[in-house]
Amino acid sequence: MSIELGHFALILAAAIAVAQSLVGFVFWRIGGRATAFVRQAAVLQFLLIVVSFLALVQAFVLSDFSVALAYEYSHTLQPLLYKITSVWGNHEGSMLLWLLVLALFGAAVAVFGRNLPGDLLALVLGVQGALGAAFISFTIFTSNPFERMNPVPFEGRDLNPILQDIGLAIHPPLLYVGYVGLSVCFSFAIAALVSGRVDAAWARWVRPWALASWTFLTLGIAMGSYWAYYELGWGGWWFWDPVENASLMPWLAATALLHSALVMEKRVALKVWTIFLAILAFSLSLLGMFLVRSGILTSVHSFAADPTRGMVILAMLAVAIGGAFALFALRARTLRVGGLFAPISREGALILNNLFLSTAVVAVLVGTLYPLILQAAGGPMISVGAPFFDLTFGALMVPLLILLPLGPFLAWKRGDFIAVIQRLAGAAGLALLLMVVTVLLVGGQVSLATFGLLLGFWVAIGAIAEIVDRIRLGRIPFGQSWRRLKGLPKTAWSTALAHFGVGIAVLGIVSVSAWETEKVVSIGVGESVTLSGYEVRLNDVQQIAGSNYVAERVVFDVIAPDQSVRSAFSEKRVYTASRQPSTEAGILTYGLSQFYISLGDRDEEGNRVVRVWYKPYITLMWYGAVIMAFAGFLSLSDRRLRVGAPKTARQKPKQQPEPAE
Amino acid sequence: MALTRKQKRLSIIAVLGVVLALATTLILTALRDEIVFFFSPTELLERSELAGQSVRVGGLVLEGSWTKEGENNSFDVSDGASEVTVTYVGILPDLFREGQGVIAEGQLIEDGTFDASTVLAKHDENYMPKEVEQALKEQGNWQGKYE
Repeated sequence: MSIELGHFALILAAAIAVAQSLVGFVFWRIGGRATAFVRQAAVLQFLLIVVSFLALVQAFVLSDFSVALAYEYSHTLQPLLYKITSVWGNHEGSMLLWLLVLALFGAAVAVFGRNLPGDLLALVLGVQGALGAAFISFTIFTSNPFERMNPVPFEGRDLNPILQDIGLAIHPPLLYVGYVGLSVCFSFAIAALVSGRVDAAWARWVRPWALASWTFLTLGIAMGSYWAYYELGWGGWWFWDPVENASLMPWLAATALLHSALVMEKRVALKVWTIFLAILAFSLSLLGMFLVRSGILTSVHSFAADPTRGMVILAMLAVAIGGAFALFALRARTLRVGGLFAPISREGALILNNLFLSTAVVAVLVGTLYPLILQAAGGPMISVGAPFFDLTFGALMVPLLILLPLGPFLAWKRGDFIAVIQRLAGAAGLALLLMVVTVLLVGGQVSLATFGLLLGFWVAIGAIAEIVDRIRLGRIPFGQSWRRLKGLPKTAWSTALAHFGVGIAVLGIVSVSAWETEKVVSIGVGESVTLSGYEVRLNDVQQIAGSNYVAERVVFDVIAPDQSVRSAFSEKRVYTASRQPSTEAGILTYGLSQFYISLGDRDEEGNRVVRVWYKPYITLMWYGAVIMAFAGFLSLSDRRLRVGAPKTARQKPKQQPEPAE
Repeated sequence: MALTRKQKRLSIIAVLGVVLALATTLILTALRDEIVFFFSPTELLERSELAGQSVRVGGLVLEGSWTKEGENNSFDVSDGASEVTVTYVGILPDLFREGQGVIAEGQLIEDGTFDASTVLAKHDENYMPKEVEQALKEQGNWQGKYE
């Protein structure tokens, strides 16, 4: 019964979304009552999808196998957490989660956007409504999660073992919040183009949404990377898999958007470009949706999908993206060019940032789509892997990272390059020193990796240097510096922290790429293998039983160079319902480095194939991402950025009068 | 540095142009040199000039062909018409099975065997690599959905 309730709620939500978008588009000029209507519709749409989502969750939790989806992807023996996460471990359910997040953002705009001009808000919610109507219909007509089955099976088929992990509880929801959050920026861009209201205030309203999406995308991607790293057992943390690229592209576009919206807000420049980026970022997240759900790719992420879904998504993609860019082409020329600035200025630096980020998007896009296009055109089958992306994406990141610390030091309008170099000389010297010390400690030679380390140190120290410079540490009495430090706005901290996080992530990536060691051996119980000063002894083999799997657990004793002994556990599991095997890697963390043990099959003599990796400072890359995300949250909590926060008194006289009701 | 408005614009556009030109060159170079071609065993054996070049080969793992000695694995990949022997040092994916689809990336070596650096098997029960499906179809050995 409740499943039908969920189904009805979803259909009703589609109807409301249609009404929301019609009223939004037709009556936006009226504001007032029309705005009130679309706001209520957005909230109602969200509540209905919550009901719908909970109905599906209930079916999974209660193992109601009369629901086809629960039968396909769930099992009675699953722990409760995995019963819940199984809801979105498949195409239909994950579509419903996507809709839930979309409606959540719509409702959030409706609730927090009280202070937005009525006409703009009506348009924004109109676009959100149109997106909702399209994607809810897509779900109902091609991917209905509420389909029943008859006769009802006694037991479910269980979820793919590699998805039975805490990662499924965290990674998709985070990513979806990021992807779908960009729809708000998209809607704001369309609303701006339709209404012609493109000013600094617009950038101010869009920036929190862009920032929130970016923050969640950062976390989602980092979490996905760590999950793939520990679950897939290949010891890799990024595979340049098309679907990973599909998450990287919106992230790069969102990063560019954050920076260009800043220019627009502060200097009323880059208007056309900022709007373009807002459309692009969400278009790229829709492209990702197409890649994952159309079945044209084979990847860990792709769902077994039928081609009609792919065609429908492609059609929606064409309408949304094509329509948005057509509108953009029509209206962009009417936007007046804003504030002037010299090439060497904060604006100039941010343009360079945008230039490198967007060319990086193009590089990743080409590498991702080229094999698909070539194949569709009847060409040879190829794959584009790490070497392509290292050469293109990597090369584009280098100048970006070199220039990054300079940006925040340059003044708006006209900057003094020489003065900035002087102020950053200390940071550069320190970075160089740290690099030399590290290379001496590691005992390596001067190589590309040395340069990578220098870049990482430069970015991280450059970020700290900005704070040091702002409080004039050492140039004025310490007490005054301290007071300045306490008085720094949160946005200053978050800029510095985010850039610091980038530097830290670069350090992690460089060191693990350059100094990782690995070995594959076949050893029996009591035998050991030595790698990078760590001795790994295969100590014991145990048979254990989990709630829905049985496993052979191999206990390794790892003796670190300092003679401390710790145990690592690798498992070979077989899931009861699906009979599918799965391997769990044993991972030990030593400070910032990790030791990774992957387990292979047993041979006739009872020996085990074991693959071990030593991954120096690998965790820095994820810590870097966490620091970046923390910076995002910090900036979001700044009152001055809050959505629809009343403007400061100084600006008040300029505010437009509220339309009379 | 008193630049006129026009000069400011031009200098910015010049920088943009240079960066875009560099990026385009990079991407085109990488597309020429850094991509990996996929071949069926039949195609691979016809083209011995590929030896030493990084390529992918895919097909079904021939029943009874998988042997392993410690960490050294060897198996035959077939498209129904011909097969190529693949050697791989390391741990094969969990779902690697005889009779099922597989893609190996590596190099063809002088003696006609394929030295794989990576082996990709399916991720779940409903999965058949697209390329393998294509290769099998070309040899007329595609029988609908392999389970």
